[in-house]
Amino acid sequence: MSSKAKSRPATSPVVFSGNGLRDGRVAWMGTEGRWEPRLGAVTPFAPEAAAEGLALAQQGERQQRVVGVYAVELGADGLPLKFRERLRLGGPSIDAEAA
Amino acid sequence: MNATVIPPFARTYRYDAIDREFLAERIAEFRGQVARRLAGDLTEDEFKPLRLMNGLYLQLHAYMLRVAIPYGVLNAPQLRQLAMIARRWDRGFGHFTTRQNIQFNWTKLEDVPEMLEALAEVDMHAIQTSGNCIRNVTTDEYAGASPDEVVDPRVYAEILRQWSTLHPEFTWLPRKFKFAITGSPSDRVASLVHDIGVAAKRNAEGEVGFEIHVGGGLGRTPLIGRRLYDFVPEAEFLGRMEAILRVYNALGERDNIYKARIKILVRDLGEEFRALVDAEYDRMPQQAYRLDPEIVAAIAAHFAPPPFARLEDRPLPQDPAFAAWARASVRPHKQPGYASVTISLKPIGGIPGDASASQMEAVADLAERHSFGEIRVSHVQNLVLPHVRQEDLHALWQGLAAHGLATPNIGLISDIIACPGMDYCALATARSIPVAQRISERFADLDRQHDIGECFINISGCINACGHHHVAHIGILGVDKRGEEVYQVTLGGSATNDAAIGELIGPAFGYDDIVDAIETIIRTHIAHRAPGERFVDTYRRIGAAPFKEALYAVA
Repeated sequence: MSSKAKSRPATSPVVFSGNGLRDGRVAWMGTEGRWEPRLGAVTPFAPEAAAEGLALAQQGERQQRVVGVYAVELGADGLPLKFRERLRLGGPSIDAEAA
Repeated sequence: MNATVIPPFARTYRYDAIDREFLAERIAEFRGQVARRLAGDLTEDEFKPLRLMNGLYLQLHAYMLRVAIPYGVLNAPQLRQLAMIARRWDRGFGHFTTRQNIQFNWTKLEDVPEMLEALAEVDMHAIQTSGNCIRNVTTDEYAGASPDEVVDPRVYAEILRQWSTLHPEFTWLPRKFKFAITGSPSDRVASLVHDIGVAAKRNAEGEVGFEIHVGGGLGRTPLIGRRLYDFVPEAEFLGRMEAILRVYNALGERDNIYKARIKILVRDLGEEFRALVDAEYDRMPQQAYRLDPEIVAAIAAHFAPPPFARLEDRPLPQDPAFAAWARASVRPHKQPGYASVTISLKPIGGIPGDASASQMEAVADLAERHSFGEIRVSHVQNLVLPHVRQEDLHALWQGLAAHGLATPNIGLISDIIACPGMDYCALATARSIPVAQRISERFADLDRQHDIGECFINISGCINACGHHHVAHIGILGVDKRGEEVYQVTLGGSATNDAAIGELIGPAFGYDDIVDAIETIIRTHIAHRAPGERFVDTYRRIGAAPFKEALYAVA
């Protein structure tokens, strides 16, 4: 499998993330099972439901929607705990050249 | 057929019908692979090695297509085509890399076959820009122009390119493999920190030969290459390279990615490595690998000098702003009346190595007007116009300035190498680009930059060291420490003839503190330097202690 999901049990609410197969853009999935470009559009899984969520996320891989899904733990503010994921949330922290 | 009109004197290698037919077949093959992936007939695990073979990565926010620029040499139509690709399929810019390539950071998978077709129209591709194969050979951005050049390295870089492209034995090496080749006694290609570093030179009879260093590299285990041969005759060049790669292919570590580069094998085997290579060479059918002088001559014809006019060297205009730019950006040329010009892609507060589509088009136009239509990419992430008439320099400067390309900081503290870092790269552990931006803003004052003098800052966003931080005068490595970005600093590195790995100065600095730390390091240099001393000279003379004291002394 290409999934990067790790087996460490989640201790915080989780969503699942990956990149869209066609465009490579960041995508998020919550309890609704839909892949959305905005984190705010999905509902996190409770920590104890993370395994169930992973199975749902991996369906997205099998259906050729997303690539490399993994769990992302969220803090009390509803944002990813890890800095890397916060960067993925908002895009690069720099303004690239405009055409 | 390729209908693009290439400037007649731009010395890029010209594809023949066989090259073009091969590229067309290769693109058709990848188009089919993409279609099968999108249809679900290939899994990601099956598809990933196929896309990587075509230069396509999946990064944090999107796919990234890395395009090969063979030994950093472009002609104007090629650069214009890259601009078109940036505008049509990306976000209007490209990022020039330390391997003299270009990356497009916002690629869509379904667009890639068309992007590859657009590249093929100008004799370009993205093959072997990823994967465990021989990557783009890098060389001196002043090749064919520098007064100190002994041998034109482009000729042998092209020979290496042809030899290594789709080499059936070396498509699945233990790990990626990087060549750099210089033809000048002054190493401007960081040859000693490459898997193989080649220095082309001449013996007393004027014959071409090659000094070979092997096992250099950066990353997790930075090592300076060991000299394997002092003078490999031209005829034996490819045979010896083949022998080195065979030994590596057979004995290189394949189970541990951190020990898989040739540098580990060379380090561990020591002198035995040379014996193994010699034994391999001795048992090879050497005649089959002999580099035929006629082949060399045919390739050299691609890089014949352009028709230079008979000119005299002349004094440059006194305009202060022009003079400041010329001081940093203009370099002597082997041909009287000409100069080489380095175009800074490091505007103050800008993204090192980035160029917008309109800037690429402007450089292509200026190259056609002033430099026989030829452009080079440097491993320091700048561009070069190699052959400019001195009488044209002022007009060129004005043309560059109109497009934000005349920052006069070449070789100064704001001429920073930075990898994409965590803003783009899936491997990164910290950001690089905003650190480079903040440092260049801190040292924006040009008078101050000149007062500091030559000082190379390189920044990597992870231990893989794409930003070459180990060999910078001041190296910065971003790492993750319990979810926070922190930055380790190394001092005293060098990528030239006196190649050295920088020494870690002490505990890392936080994102908010790293620019102040660089400021402290520079102030310490200024306080201790002898007249005319560069930063690295001062560091080597006085050692780390004054810098540590200044950085870590408890107030």
